[in-house]
Amino acid sequence: MIGQAKPDGYTPAPNLPQSGAWLRGLREAALVRFQAMGLPQRRDEYWRYTDPTRLTVAQAATVSGAGAGAGGVVSAAFDAAQALQLVFTDGVFDGAASSPDLALDGVEIDHLAEACAHDLHWARDIYGQLETNGQTPVARPLAAWNTAMAAQGVLIRARAAVLRPIQIVYQGTDMQADLILHHCIRLEEGAQLTLLETGCSGARSNHVLEVDLGDRAQFHHLRLQGEDAVAARVTHIFAQLGCDSHMRSFTLSADGALIRNEAVIEMLGADASAHIAGAALGKGRVHHDDTIFVTHGAPNCESRQVFKKVLRDGAVGVFQGKILVRPVAQKTDGYQISQALLLDDDAQFLAKPELEIYADDVKCSHGSTTGALDETALFYLRSRGVGLVQAQALLVLAFLAEVLEEIEDRDLAALVQTQLEMWLDRQQTL
Amino acid sequence: MLEIKNLHVKLEEEDKVILRGVDLKIGAGEVHAIMGPNGSGKSTTSYVLAGRDGYEVTDGTVLLDGEDLLAMEPEERAAAGVFLAFQYPVEIPGVGNMTFLRTALNAQRKARGEPEMSAGDFLKLVREKAKTLKIDADMLKRPVNVGFSGGEKKRNEILQMAILEPKLCILDETDSGLDVDAMKLVSEGVNALRDAGRSFLVITHYQRLLDHIKPDVVHIMAHGRIIKTGGPELALEVENNGYADLLAEVAG
Repeated sequence: MIGQAKPDGYTPAPNLPQSGAWLRGLREAALVRFQAMGLPQRRDEYWRYTDPTRLTVAQAATVSGAGAGAGGVVSAAFDAAQALQLVFTDGVFDGAASSPDLALDGVEIDHLAEACAHDLHWARDIYGQLETNGQTPVARPLAAWNTAMAAQGVLIRARAAVLRPIQIVYQGTDMQADLILHHCIRLEEGAQLTLLETGCSGARSNHVLEVDLGDRAQFHHLRLQGEDAVAARVTHIFAQLGCDSHMRSFTLSADGALIRNEAVIEMLGADASAHIAGAALGKGRVHHDDTIFVTHGAPNCESRQVFKKVLRDGAVGVFQGKILVRPVAQKTDGYQISQALLLDDDAQFLAKPELEIYADDVKCSHGSTTGALDETALFYLRSRGVGLVQAQALLVLAFLAEVLEEIEDRDLAALVQTQLEMWLDRQQTL
Repeated sequence: MLEIKNLHVKLEEEDKVILRGVDLKIGAGEVHAIMGPNGSGKSTTSYVLAGRDGYEVTDGTVLLDGEDLLAMEPEERAAAGVFLAFQYPVEIPGVGNMTFLRTALNAQRKARGEPEMSAGDFLKLVREKAKTLKIDADMLKRPVNVGFSGGEKKRNEILQMAILEPKLCILDETDSGLDVDAMKLVSEGVNALRDAGRSFLVITHYQRLLDHIKPDVVHIMAHGRIIKTGGPELALEVENNGYADLLAEVAG
């Protein structure tokens, strides 16, 4: 069957999905890369804080039906944005559930499942190529595996400013599904696109998003993932940015047993900017890992990494963030902050900020903090009549306010804020 | 209104006794002032009434209209009508002042079984009260107390008091850090709230504030007790002679 990496999938010679000429070689090369790297191990430097076992075992743990998909971030979150919707049900494109008309001015949308049969496709310059570039200096074997095996995903090429957001929705009820999706986005010179991703499905999922931004392109990416279930997810974003192009990516991760979000961003043209931000909310047996690698490969570029995590009842947060400044990248402005709010003594935050700078005229700063709620502020709120739980929620939202600021579209930011408030509301009743 | 009987309090963390038998009775509509040297237990009294963590009541009772105040959580005390104007109002980055005020007001109304105030009515109420305290729109928009001057913070406390309309207002050194004009503004705000059904406990070091907020009763506190109670003239006596005479009088 096409499209599913079966539990026995991590074999040296899996059956690659059927592919046309443009894709076959890319898949075979990816498999060779994967075989050379092997599966990630705990002893690997970037897996020291996160046990990859759940992502690498042959059999994905079946998610119990109860509670799966209940609550958590919902796909309806962005309904107000009236996006063009592409729905994947149990990892397979679901035309009936998607927007009836997928035509949109200035953009062409293809499905990997269809496009893979062609002999030629524009995505041949992107599919697996950006992933390949992102394999050095740090190996990302699960992404190579994805390139080799993914049979589902979308291929989006924008030529102008696309006025309506495009939303990819993940839904489904198959609690044993082991999903692989691979998306490619190409923004031609001066094009603009907002991409929303919402929801989760399956017992395990492996997503790759490759983004190629032409000069002066603007890409806004907003992702809501996680759910109150016990699933394991790994995502990779590989992006390369042309001159004066801008990328904004924001991810909200709420609960979910294991979420590993990697972003590998390289600014190849001068005056580009990349802001990668994330808010994570975890309660209980939850492990959230953001591993970010930003490379300044051209002069006068700006990057920001802003990550905030709210953790309680044994939840673990991990942030590994790196800024690499190449010799050519003079006048770099790099910034990185990771902060965790631990709501009790059982929660844990592990941070590893890294700067590697080979240019001499740069401005780079990083910081990381871990703390509890401010008791004085809590008392101040309570002394005004605000109940303990509501006061805590207010302070949690206040803590996250800075990362929501990273979402430039204030209407979309408000929708994310609503999701945060709903999550906090649910905490009161659990 | 408020009845404190034989209140003994020590710090939870260390074995330090702060209040050693405070007795105080405030009737409805009365304004009482507590004066006293540093470390006498004035601020502790205010915190214990508001329900702050870190203090252990080892003896005594506090009744508000017959209800056991010490058995209540801080938010329950607020809903019951207790308001503490902080000596050092707390900055809360990320929480807008308006959100804070509305959340507090509606939480109290909800706790009392009253309906929440509509957004429109609330806005009208805040605008009206803010105007008399010379609090501009910008201060209402900013995060709670963040970047406020000392005077602005104290005016913001009085604004909260005006909106929440408590029964018992405790002012903990509200005059500290205020210039003459700000003190006048704050005092006018307090005086505007004076009402037959509302009582005040004004904690201060100086007679100055009491020129503006005229007390009915003045208490002198020292070593965790109220050592003398009198009329407004007692404050003048302290202003002129300091605490030494009073302390000696009690010791003798």
